[in-house]
Amino acid sequence: MSRKIRGKLVEMSHKAGTPHLGSCLSCVDILVASYWSAVKIDPKNPNDPKRDRFILSKGHAAPALYATLANRGFFSTDLLDKFNENGSPLAEQPGPECVPGLELATGSLGHGLSVGIGIAIAGRVQNQSYRVFVVMSDGECNEGSVWEAALIAPAHKLENLITIIDYNKWQATGRSNEVMSLDPFKQKWESFGWSAYEIDGHDLNALTQILANVPDGSGKPIAVIAHTVKGKGISFMQDDNNWHYRSPNEDEVKKAKQELGLI
Amino acid sequence: MRNAFADELTKLAGEDPRLMFLSGDIGNRLFDKFKASHSNRFINCGVAEANMISMAAGMAMSGLRPIAYTINAFVTVRCLEQIRVDVCYHKAPVIIVGVGAGLSYATLGGTHHSLEDVAMLRVLPGMTIICPADPVEVRLALKAALKHNGPVFIRLGKKGEPVIHQSVPKFSIGKGIVVKPGTDVALLGTGHIFPVALKAAEELERKGISAQVVSLHTVKPLDESLLSEIFSKHTVVATIEEHSIVGGLGGAVAEWLADQTPQKARLLRFGTSDEFFHETGDQDEARKYFGITPEAIAHKVSELHAANLTHR
Repeated sequence: MSRKIRGKLVEMSHKAGTPHLGSCLSCVDILVASYWSAVKIDPKNPNDPKRDRFILSKGHAAPALYATLANRGFFSTDLLDKFNENGSPLAEQPGPECVPGLELATGSLGHGLSVGIGIAIAGRVQNQSYRVFVVMSDGECNEGSVWEAALIAPAHKLENLITIIDYNKWQATGRSNEVMSLDPFKQKWESFGWSAYEIDGHDLNALTQILANVPDGSGKPIAVIAHTVKGKGISFMQDDNNWHYRSPNEDEVKKAKQELGLI
Repeated sequence: MRNAFADELTKLAGEDPRLMFLSGDIGNRLFDKFKASHSNRFINCGVAEANMISMAAGMAMSGLRPIAYTINAFVTVRCLEQIRVDVCYHKAPVIIVGVGAGLSYATLGGTHHSLEDVAMLRVLPGMTIICPADPVEVRLALKAALKHNGPVFIRLGKKGEPVIHQSVPKFSIGKGIVVKPGTDVALLGTGHIFPVALKAAEELERKGISAQVVSLHTVKPLDESLLSEIFSKHTVVATIEEHSIVGGLGGAVAEWLADQTPQKARLLRFGTSDEFFHETGDQDEARKYFGITPEAIAHKVSELHAANLTHR
């Protein structure tokens, strides 16, 4: 499924001429592990109050979420071909309730974790046991609001909350750690009172093991530092930050799909 | 105002299990009763307003009715983007309550003055803005906001404001309340400065000018039918607010007026001028500086009233 989604993302970026392909590719495995193994949701009943909530806080990777939701059965995969077209429900970054299964309009960074905390507390107050998954980018952790959220979630022992950080080591125009010191990243979250894990964000087994185990018994919210590669899966995009803004031409689409074993 | 707010809040929490109260680490002891009876619905969000507003949005999206409360300057402008994106863009029914609006905390210095908030929130699509005139309107506004299915901002003074309404008036969002009848000029007051409008009317009466006084508690949406009626009947209509004359009630009425066919009345806007207050001074002193005292208002209104009569 990851390969299929990556191939689609390359096509979508090419057809729509949209940026952020590298950021999309780095979080594909996190999305696949979440939607096929961890997040309890029913595409036929996307507004079930008991469902787990999944927020892609790094809204610039919306195409990856669209492709995931479509392949998971929330809406037709045909809609992906209309990505970013005038009048399409699928914009470069998602609007509120633009498609079934989409929980939050994102794009401005540093909002998703705080909203997720509100949703998690609402669950507790209303005696619901749903879990809240929030995926952030490493660049997003530049935002002060992320650290406000990081401070309050452990105070409320929100063990049903998990944030997964797609740590691809790049932000828009530089190496993440050269722009702002994120490392030691896992220890930061631990010292804030989170149950923190550090894993290979492209290892589906490792991802599934942790994501399917929420709460983890620690009584704390969970932070997963998922080490990823920007542009993962396509040799000439991997770890090359030009693909934060570039979109591929026809030849590059073909090469990418060949590498992914799709043609 | 804040005592009335805390009391009404506690009462409403007993009636509505969806009500959540989020505090930005203020109101020491003020919410003890609320905490005692509804401990799981009280969240001290700390000194972190951006996170508080987003949390409130998440709660509202999950079927609760959160009220986010702290000092007015910080619950509005500081977290404006969270209000814009998480609350308004999602049409989340979050109630934002700011205490110490305008010059209420004049002595605390410029960081705590709040004279731009209405302008900045008024431009957000779907936002409703209520500035209660007295403790009675505070209670009514909170009740109405809980019934309203969208974002609401309630702008409060501090404590000790006088009660204007001796009996409970009919209150609905977007409908002004005529507090005193009058035939020559009209004074439209909004928020905790309202007693100044009433005193200005008394001054005008002494000058032989009959002044209608209206509590235009809802700055957005404006009571357009009432405005039409008022502008057709009087020589001068004055807006009175403890907020910048840029973008507040005066700005809103001026925008409305620009779209109308010429009206009988001239508009005068009373508020703070386009500058920071750098002096040390209490609320009364600051109001004097900005010319928003009963005397200054009555003086300007009476002058324009006379000119407008002669002009005819």
